[in-house]
This record gives sequence, structure tokens and C-alpha cells, in this order.
Amino acid sequence: MTGLAIRNVSMRFDLPGGGAVQALENVSLDIKQGEILSVLGPSGCGKTTLLNIVAGFLAPTEGVIELNGHEVHGPDAERGMVFQKGALFEWMSVRENVSFGPRMKGQRAAQYTQNVDHLLDVVGLQDFKEKAIYELSGGMQQRVALARCLANDPDVILMDEPLGALDALTREKMQSLVLKLWKETGKTIILITHSVEEALLLGERLIVMAPRPGRIHKEYNLPFADEGVDADLREVKKNPKFAEVREEILGMIWDMEEEIMGRTEAAQ
Amino acid sequence: MIPLLIYVGIFVVAFFAVRAVAGGIARTGFSSLKTVTFGDESAVTPDRRASVISILTLFFLWATFTGSALIPSFLHMPGPPLGLHTFEHTVQNAEGETDTATVTFLLFETEQDAEGNDLPDPEPPAVEPGEGFALNDSLIIEAYGSELARLQDNDELTRDDGTTIVAVNGQPISPGDRLDFSFGTISMSTRGSLNILPDQGWQMEPIWLPAPESVAVRFWDILWNGFRNFSLAEHLGYSLFRVVVGFVLGALVGIPLGYAMGLSNWFRGWFDPIVEFMRPVPPLALIPLVIIWAGIGETGKIVLLFLAALWIMAIAARAGVSGVNISKVHAAYSLGASKWQIMRHVIMPNSLPEIFTGARVAMGVCWGTVVAAELVAAEQGAGMMIMVASRFQNTDIVILGIILIGIIGFGIDILMRWAERILVPWKGRS
Ligand SMILES: Nc1ncnc2c1ncn2[C@@H]1O[C@H](COP(=O)(O)OP(=O)(O)OP(=O)(O)O)[C@@H](O)[C@H]1O
Ligand SMILES: [Mg+2]
Repeated sequence: MTGLAIRNVSMRFDLPGGGAVQALENVSLDIKQGEILSVLGPSGCGKTTLLNIVAGFLAPTEGVIELNGHEVHGPDAERGMVFQKGALFEWMSVRENVSFGPRMKGQRAAQYTQNVDHLLDVVGLQDFKEKAIYELSGGMQQRVALARCLANDPDVILMDEPLGALDALTREKMQSLVLKLWKETGKTIILITHSVEEALLLGERLIVMAPRPGRIHKEYNLPFADEGVDADLREVKKNPKFAEVREEILGMIWDMEEEIMGRTEAAQ
Repeated sequence: MIPLLIYVGIFVVAFFAVRAVAGGIARTGFSSLKTVTFGDESAVTPDRRASVISILTLFFLWATFTGSALIPSFLHMPGPPLGLHTFEHTVQNAEGETDTATVTFLLFETEQDAEGNDLPDPEPPAVEPGEGFALNDSLIIEAYGSELARLQDNDELTRDDGTTIVAVNGQPISPGDRLDFSFGTISMSTRGSLNILPDQGWQMEPIWLPAPESVAVRFWDILWNGFRNFSLAEHLGYSLFRVVVGFVLGALVGIPLGYAMGLSNWFRGWFDPIVEFMRPVPPLALIPLVIIWAGIGETGKIVLLFLAALWIMAIAARAGVSGVNISKVHAAYSLGASKWQIMRHVIMPNSLPEIFTGARVAMGVCWGTVVAAELVAAEQGAGMMIMVASRFQNTDIVILGIILIGIIGFGIDILMRWAERILVPWKGRS
């Protein structure tokens, strides 16, 4: 079978002083090949933990991750990750960063150059190939990170707040870019975000997580990602259905945050 | 105290003078647009005019307090009043009669010939013997010295005949008194002799601080003739060679050691106590032990510098490895890199800035340590030069050595910074 399966995953962190944090409890999720899933939830509900488990950086205390029928143990090139920031290699040029994956596989320049150049064109960095990373703006750096991940041709792309550090305008352009790349490449994408709008725009499917213990609270199937592939994202947002779902989710997260705050206040 | 006051004075005067004369020159660029500069470290750039004046001031102070020929003599601090001086002394005989005679003395400075050997002292000035039972005297006194003059020895009636000196230049004097004159002080000893103490002036005696030009002359001399069987280039070259070899060996061992400590629990546990213990031990404290073990030859010095560099480089490499952003390592794993590839392409380059910082520190420490080690024992080297020179009171060589050591240390640091800019341009920019 193809696709990504998260089966009964639980994660407990034992704290040094005794005690433990139940970051995830019995999370199960099936993600089809080529699906784009966005994940929302209040801070501390275990989103990053879940993504790290899928990427293979963490082993869950219970449960398994399966990709295309085989179990996941540890990181692998089949699951690419786009970090929020700080994961590019400053000692390499833009082109060297993007070609990192192929080079590590032992490919020769002749084998990857065309693809790397193509990807740099797609993300609009054709004029910055030889530049150093620290000479680029934050948005450009995220585009390099995206291109680097794609150059490795993973089955699944994991993104943890990839656009969180960008300004509104750059962010919107990047959102269109993500949709375009998703449609063109047909990759499975899991995207964590704090922006409800972004989750609605980019998620074919959207899950809202709840904290303590971290679990899936609600799931939506949404049409906006498909619409956004061809249309202007601002037009998509004008859809009355969009505003309706947005309000519903905002209210839901708001309530959860209230509850967390209340609980911590009560504890004090 | 006086030099310090003059220094502060020049500082203040230069500050206001430069402001008054050139203050109108506007700064250009982004910094000139900042309205908030106080407290903004990035807005503080060294004023090069101040640097130039600062260096000139130091040389000026040096020159003026040594009576250097490099500056016109009216800028000199008053030196000892060289030349001929006279005063009169009145002698009373046993009968109570008095006679006055003139004392002429030459205050001189020992001069040196081209080879640096002292020239013989000058002859005392020729004087007429004069009338009466007290005769005129003539003597020489070396600058910065004093003279217990035996003025009566040449007289018709000597001390054995019951004569005593009762006045100098008409001022009465008795044992224990001091009298001030234009050329200095005259005091009378308890036995009734006059002690002539010419003014020393404000200048430094060459044996304490030679004039800049005599250091320059000495530099030229040593440059061509060498010092103690080795040329200047050999002395400095030996010191540099020891530093470079010790540093390279220290880095060759220290960097892998630091990597191992950053990557393996066992290595970290094993070497942590050693490194943490050795880190605060100043390399200078190891000199005696190293001499006992390895002798005063090259081996001992290189072992010492190796030890000086080793811990610094190990700690720098460890910090470089520990400082890697875990996202970078995760990203590399997700891109399919193997452990070795991550080591080679992520951890090593990521640690370079730290290693360079460590290397700069280590080179500085090594340079300081080699000089100190050569001070203790060596047959050649910059430290040995100043040590031997100080034993023979060749202050000019001591100062020359200090200047050369400073310049080379500074040069090493400039070189390291330059290499850093070329090799790790991303340092501090992520
Ligand atoms: N290494 C760890 N050790 C102990 N507790 C951890 C660790 N990592 C995460 N946690 C805990 O697990 C819970 C979930 O953390 P996680 O980082 O997954 O949240 P998140 O949803 O990504 O939050 P945010 O939106 O703020 O990024 C938190 O309560 C956190 O304190
Ligand atoms: Mg997170």
C-alpha cells in the first residue's frame, strides 16, 4: 500500500526531575500518497513532536510509522524536512545547498545539475545560485530550503512552520509556491502552521490537535487547496465557506488556549 | 608622575585641538545618520586621527625624556646640567684665618664609540692654582652621579693642619647642612667634606631608558651583526618556528580530541577531567617541569607550546561541535547523508569559526609562552635576547626586543584574522 500511516503513536517525555509529559497520546492518521495535510493546534500540543517522529528524529514510546508499507526507523531521504530556519549550510553556496542531497548520494554534477538549476528557476533564485546563504533575505532562504528538499526527491515533505518567520506578503507568495510545487510534483506534504488561514489555504485535509495529552481533536476536508492552485489566494479567502471554517477553528483553538490558561492559573 | 601628567595633558589638548581644527569634517555613510550613538557599540569606530596622535605622543614622551636627537632640544625635558660649573669654598685654618678658592668641575656623560664601548673619561679642566693656603680645585663628575670631593688634599694647609671648610659661595656651611645652587646641591658630610650632587634633571638615564635613536642604531647593528652568535632573523625565526611547530602539533592533536569529546560520551567523560584541570593551569607554570623532563633544548620548548595550544584547541573544537544547530544535522540526515558525510560536510565546517577563534587565542598564548620560556633558558630566540641583554644592562636591546615581540605578536594576529575572513566568511552571520 502507498501513503503514510501513523498508527497509535504515543510519546511520553520523562522529565529529569521525575514526572513526565504526555506529548502525544494514541495518535492515528492515514495520509494518502500526494495528499497535503495541514496541522493546527495551540502551542505545546505536540505538533513538532509528531513531525519529528514521522521524520525519524524521535522514536515514539508506543506505536509505529509506516511509509509505503514499511516501518520507519530513523531519518531517511524518502522523508524530507523543511525547517523554520537555521537549517541551511552557511558554508555552502545556494547551489551547493540545493545539490546537497544528490551529492551525498554520490551523484555526479552531470546527473543533478539540470534538476538543481530547474528547481532554482522554479523558486525564483536563478540569479542567486552562487551567492552565499548569509547574503539572502529570510524569504529567499526559505525558498532555498524548499528547493534543497525537492532536489532530493523525497516521497514525503515535512514542514514545521516553514513560513513562520516571513512577512505577510512574502508569506503569501510562498504559499502559492508551495501549492504549485505540490500540484506539479505530487508529493505528500505535512505542514505545521500557527496561521489558521495558511492551514485552510494549503491543507487539502486539516487536523486540529488538542493539548495535554496531545491528540487529534478534529479533522476537516477542504476544497481551498485545489482552488488555490490556479486562482489568486486572496480570491480563495473571499469564499464565504472559507470565513466560516476559519471562525469555527479560531473559536476552537481559542477555547483550548483559554482552558490551558485557566488550568495554569488554577494550578498557581 | 610627571610623564603621566604630560600624557594626560596631551590627550586632552589633542582631543580639543582636533575637534576645533578638523571637527567640521562630517562622517559619511550609515553611521552618520544615527542619532543615537552613545551606547551603540556598532556606532563606535576608532578615530584614526587619535591613533596617530597617540603613537606620536608615546614617541614624543620617549624622546623628550631621553633627550633624543630626533626632536629639537627645546622640547627636551631638562637633563643634567652638563658642562663646566664653578663654586667657591672658604677654608678656615687653625688660627681662624680664612681663604677662598674656586672649585671647577666638569659634569660629563660617558660617550661610546661605534662599537658601543665606553670612551675614556675626559680630563679635569685645567685651572690656575691661585693664591693663599687654599688652592683652586678641578674635578670631573659623571652625570647622574655625585662626588665626595676632597678639596683640601691639594691645599697648602690640609685637614691635618686643622683647616675646615666653613662656607660655599659665601653661605656658611657646617657638617650635615645642605645648600642648593644652580647646578645642584652641595652637602657637608659629618667629617666635614663637601659632597657635590649635580641636578639629575627630568630625563631618564640611558641605562633605564635609552633614546629612540640608540634603539634604532642598535637594531641596525644587530640586524647586520647579529647578537650572541645568531643573526636577528635567526633569533626571531627560532621563536616563530617554535610557536608554529608547537601550535600545529597542538592543533593536530587538540582538534580531533575536541571532536571526539563533542561526539562521544566515553571520550567526553574520559578527557573532561583532564581538560578542565589543565585549562586553568597557565603554561608558564609548566616551564620548570618541562625543563626537568625535556631539558632546555628545542624539544622542551615545543612540548611546552604543544601543551599550551592543545587544551585551547581541544576546547574550541569541542565547542564547535556542541554548537552545531541540531536542525542542520537533522536536515542533513533527512537529505540522506551518512554519519561520515555529516561529520565531513556539516560538523567540521560548522565548527570552523570556533576553531579559528581558538587558534587565534592559542597563537597569542603560544607567542607569550615562547618568550617566557626563552627568558628562562635558551640559546637563541627573542626572549633570550632580552634576557641576556638585561643581564648586561643593555637596555636598548631589551626595549628593541620588546618592540619586536610586540610587532610580531600583532602581525600573527593580523594574519590569523585575515585567514579567518578568507576561510570562514560566514562567521557570525547566521
Ligand atoms: N525534548 C523534550 N523533553 C521534554 N519535553 C518535551 C520535549 N520536547 C517537547 N516536549 C514537551 O512536549 C509537548 C509538545 O511539544 P511540541 O514541541 O511538540 O509542541 P508544539 O505543538 O510543536 O508547540 P509549538 O506550537 O509551540 O511549536 C510540550 O509540552 C513540550 O514541553
Ligand atoms: Mg513546534
